[in-house]
Amino acid sequence: MSSGGVTWNVYDADKLTQREIYGLVLCELGERYPKIVGLSADLAQSTKIGMFGEKFPERFFNFGIAEQNMFGVGAGLAKAGLIPFISTFSAFASMRACEFLRTDICYQNLNCKIIATHGGTSFGPAGTTHHATEDLSIVRAFANLIVIVPADALETANAVRACMDINGPVYIRIGRGFEPRVYESEDYGFQIGKAVEMHPGTDVTVIATGVTVLHAVQAAKILKEDDKLSVRVLNMHTIKPIDREAIIKAVLDTRRIVTFEDHNVIGGLGTAVADVIAESGKGCAFYKSGIPDEYTIIGYPEDILHYNKVDTDGVIEKVREIMGKEFEADEDWEDEV
Amino acid sequence: MAITDQEIAELKQLARKVREDIIDVTGWSGGTHIGGSLSMVEIVTSLYWKYLRIQPHNPHWEDRDRFVLSKGHGGVGHAVVLALKGYFPPEQLRDFNKSGSAFGMHLDCNKVPGVDCSTGSMGHGLPMAVGLSLGARLLKKEWRTYCVMGDGECDEGSIWEAAMSAAHYKLDNLLGFVDRNGLMIDGPTEKVMALEPFVDKWTAFGWKALPIDGHDFRQLAQAIDFALEHKGQPVVVIAKTVKGKGVEFMENKAAWHYGGLNAELVEKAKRGLGDAS
Ligand SMILES: Cc1ncc(C[n+]2csc(CCOP(=O)(O)OP(=O)(O)O)c2C)c(N)n1
Repeated sequence: MSSGGVTWNVYDADKLTQREIYGLVLCELGERYPKIVGLSADLAQSTKIGMFGEKFPERFFNFGIAEQNMFGVGAGLAKAGLIPFISTFSAFASMRACEFLRTDICYQNLNCKIIATHGGTSFGPAGTTHHATEDLSIVRAFANLIVIVPADALETANAVRACMDINGPVYIRIGRGFEPRVYESEDYGFQIGKAVEMHPGTDVTVIATGVTVLHAVQAAKILKEDDKLSVRVLNMHTIKPIDREAIIKAVLDTRRIVTFEDHNVIGGLGTAVADVIAESGKGCAFYKSGIPDEYTIIGYPEDILHYNKVDTDGVIEKVREIMGKEFEADEDWEDEV
Repeated sequence: MAITDQEIAELKQLARKVREDIIDVTGWSGGTHIGGSLSMVEIVTSLYWKYLRIQPHNPHWEDRDRFVLSKGHGGVGHAVVLALKGYFPPEQLRDFNKSGSAFGMHLDCNKVPGVDCSTGSMGHGLPMAVGLSLGARLLKKEWRTYCVMGDGECDEGSIWEAAMSAAHYKLDNLLGFVDRNGLMIDGPTEKVMALEPFVDKWTAFGWKALPIDGHDFRQLAQAIDFALEHKGQPVVVIAKTVKGKGVEFMENKAAWHYGGLNAELVEKAKRGLGDAS
């Protein structure tokens, strides 16, 4: 919340999609920072960067359906001293423009902000070509790049503002919109790289990101009622750099961790968390939940989440499963708990 | 294969039926890329009912002509044609867009019989079509490859990389179509990212470019007949069309790139179809 001054209220956040909030915040930032420029590839309306384009037409460029060129041009604009916000669907930002993002923007460590919309399976019926279930895995491997997956529209606002404090590339992955609100207000201390505890707990930790955060919170409440389980829920909005401290603390406090993401189980949040656990050498029951390593089904977003067991029912099922999972305690177990 | 008046009359009837089905599926599925599906109706109808050598009961027939919808968002327009040709029962289209269905907005070749290539991300179809054409030549196969592109899609560099390679390898077994409806999502192509002089661009890339009226079956047949005889170079038909063609309230409106229709609009859309094409 570095750049202050909201122009909408929580009531609006219920009606506005993540994309619309992004559009509004970008307009707001555009007033403050004359160096911000907006780039689109024939998706000005779909990604809502068009709102910025209407307000600042001379600072807005549409390249037609040419994502590779758009990312390369973005690098050039950043080198010229401007701050490009580059928007397209997550599938095209991470895959079509992949090398242009990696080599032109990340390798040269340029101050470009990528707003990747329609992340995960949020574009449901459009089908697999329009699902981005590999993007986090791909862009997480780009050095210099910060990767953020906001949980709702309010967090999107926070992330878009906060990325202005970073003098380097940032990838913000949002949904198609229609994702329900998780936060009551935007004042919960959003900080890049710091997980947010959404629900306290001591028996098991659920680490979620993006659209799965709301489901994790709902599941934690149900599990408390029905199973008398104390479920800690962490919103890991920053996938890179990952909040190692929060993960280690979860290992030591709860010794059971399950991750949830709208992404292939390979290479995304789950893998990032697993790396930290493995390197810690501490014993921990662990389970990654996400899209299995196969191409996604066609369907409404909520049904696809359900099918892949990353909705509320899925979180409940997986948490119950991990409570019965055996694992070996490490030597200094007693010292730490 | 000169076209007769009788054939033209029949193709017009079929085109009308294709449009009706596109409207129906759009109605019950919640939304489709209807504008660009309606603009390509005469192109696909000509191909599927006059030119393509295919066996709908045997979709994997080795010697079939290949059809690649490079503008994959025209999936609904392709799916209704495949159903009418008998690749699968038309009732299956009731599931379009539904959870667990074989039919999403962009067709999956591993789920929908008759689809040769999965497309949907712009600028992938023509490269695959070039591969199919090169492969046919290497294998001494008679089959031809037909590829339909969007005009906005031609912003993608990969289209021009493929165009260059098709000309380089003198792929005269490849026939391209550009559905030149003049609109993309954010507005007119010439405003968003100018393509003109478009015919000159294809010519400069080594193709024989044929600008025609893409809703006129006679002109389409003449162009395709020309291409079938043309040697030593790929041919592209620059088919001038109207986005939303046949539905008055959609014609030439970028907003109808994608949309849904309630029962009332379905009726209204169909009522106006009488004088289409
Ligand atoms: C690589 C890629 N970028 C963006 C899109 C999103 N998109 C779908 S259709 C479309 C516009 C297509 O315009 P055009 O090719 O002219 O098709 P038509 O007008 O015939 O529907 C865009 C940008 C996409 N499918 N693929």
